[in-house]
Amino acid sequence: MKVVKIIVLATTMVSGVNAAVTLTGAGATFPYPLYSKMFSVYHQKYGIKINYQAIGSGGGIRQLIAKTVNFGASDAYVDDKGLKKFPAPIVHIPMVAGAVVISYNLPGNPKLKLTPDVIADIFLGKIKKWNNSRIRAINPDIKLPDMAIVVVHRSDGSGTTFIFSDYLSKVSNEWKEKVGRGKSLNWPTGLGAKGNPGVAGLIKQIPGAIGYVELIYALNNNMPYAVVQNKSGNFIEPSIKSVSLAADIKLPDDMRVSLTNTEASYGYPISGFTWILVYKDLKDGGLNEEKAKELVKLLWWMTHEGQKYSEPLHYAPLSPKARKKAEAIIKSITYEGKHLWK
Amino acid sequence: MKSDSIFKAMLYTGGVIVALLVVFSFISLFRASWLSIRQFGLKFILSPVWNPVSEKFGALPFITGTLATSILALFISLPFSISIALLVGVYLPDGFLKNSLSYATDLLAGIPSIIYGFWGLFSLVPLMRKMEIKIGILPYGVGILTASIVLAIMIIPYTSSISREVISMVPEDIKEAGFALGATTREVIFKIILPYARSGIFAGILLAFGRAFGETMAVTMVIGNSNFMPKNIFSPANTMASVIANEFTEATKDIHLSSLIQIGLWLFIFTFLINLLGNIVVNKFRVESRK
Repeated sequence: MKVVKIIVLATTMVSGVNAAVTLTGAGATFPYPLYSKMFSVYHQKYGIKINYQAIGSGGGIRQLIAKTVNFGASDAYVDDKGLKKFPAPIVHIPMVAGAVVISYNLPGNPKLKLTPDVIADIFLGKIKKWNNSRIRAINPDIKLPDMAIVVVHRSDGSGTTFIFSDYLSKVSNEWKEKVGRGKSLNWPTGLGAKGNPGVAGLIKQIPGAIGYVELIYALNNNMPYAVVQNKSGNFIEPSIKSVSLAADIKLPDDMRVSLTNTEASYGYPISGFTWILVYKDLKDGGLNEEKAKELVKLLWWMTHEGQKYSEPLHYAPLSPKARKKAEAIIKSITYEGKHLWK
Repeated sequence: MKSDSIFKAMLYTGGVIVALLVVFSFISLFRASWLSIRQFGLKFILSPVWNPVSEKFGALPFITGTLATSILALFISLPFSISIALLVGVYLPDGFLKNSLSYATDLLAGIPSIIYGFWGLFSLVPLMRKMEIKIGILPYGVGILTASIVLAIMIIPYTSSISREVISMVPEDIKEAGFALGATTREVIFKIILPYARSGIFAGILLAFGRAFGETMAVTMVIGNSNFMPKNIFSPANTMASVIANEFTEATKDIHLSSLIQIGLWLFIFTFLINLLGNIVVNKFRVESRK
């Protein structure tokens, strides 16, 4: 027994001296390009290695419950029912915001304007033709063809679908009752394709198609996307700026908030945060104190210095209000009741 | 003597481990889907509604989609795979053409399914769309027929190479006896070779069917992934394997996960039944041909 203890002690001491702390995380694929950039910079700067597996939000949450990772990452916040599955309280720390844009394939790809009720009825399968009078009424300058609308949606469960359906549930009662919001849905109409590339592929191929993809994906691939009317009645072009602006609202302290259809007058209405999830007391997450300290340092860095890597990769950085809330949450993280960030 | 018994023990261990793997995967599939089995019972395979939001799960559209694509694929592939098998096994003399033809068919089996998927999506789908516009239906391009064509190409090597082997195993003397009686090559094929080789050909067909049944990636890319009951062979649909692949990673609710695993359980059961049926039929033919 004694020998084992000595060996354990010796190895921990050795690893402590080498500062070979490795943090592990798993979850969302949407922020993966940004996280891998941030983690590689962080590794060069502070020598802390972070091993992040982009296995999807659901998988990240399951692994955090099982305590097989130090942090999870998710595009949708964990609802109250879901929180009960964790063995101890967790916190959500917002990292960046993203947006979902509506892309289409029309002759000449004009800049379409869309209103919430029209978007809902298209995806409900009620508006079936592009030259429908309601679409024409919003776009008087565009000559819309007599062409069938083919709805394209994600076939795989995804945070993108969650944000989009969350938006539709807010703007349309019929959508809320018939379909609802979730990462996978029982779609009333249309074709499913896997991932952003799958949806984009079908939209590009099928004349008359309409679908939704992440803003970053549309920007990187030069896809046309619609200008959407927000809650204040303004038509907003999706961009990093208008997404950041969508978060310029009164935010709850736990930051479990949806950014769809917000009050912000110049915010793009189909936006959402992506979060990193950790146990509130990191001892509960099975971390040792050294790892816990490093994890909190990393979270602080990601929400501050690390934010500068978001815009070049087309993610919207945290708004000042959102960052304030994130700071408070990071400061509330403890280890055996002791606060870790001073 | 001793090394012999060690060798024997090794063989036993290997065999038993594989058999246990099958048993254990069945048990763990069953256990993980228990939640969904208890909640939905038999309605799971009879209900056409799959709604992750309201947590109602019925797998009928996926079962239909899987059966429709695999059976259709089998019918499309059969004329080609049997032709290749007969061409290589009976008509062509040994040499370059024979070798390259059988080599090329076998190579089809080695292409990763994602490649078939992309080929389907970028080459076959536009063609199908053109055809659909011509016959005046909604030009999705993707759907059951498209998926079946892709699947058919993928399974040709399975049927053809096994058929080729059994056809070449037909004893020369009975073939020559046929020719000696004045039969044409076509007559020898239909009256002697095919009846003699049919249990083997059937085994090849079943193997191909099993392959089509479980194929995931290539089908997902061209079937349209819509969770309704398909109306006709041009309808977009979904298969059991592809709905698992699509929804598993982000299934956070227990009942959703359990229902996806139950689909896996049914895939397991169906595959088992196909193999069982295959064995019965193969045995029956074997008995018949011995008579």
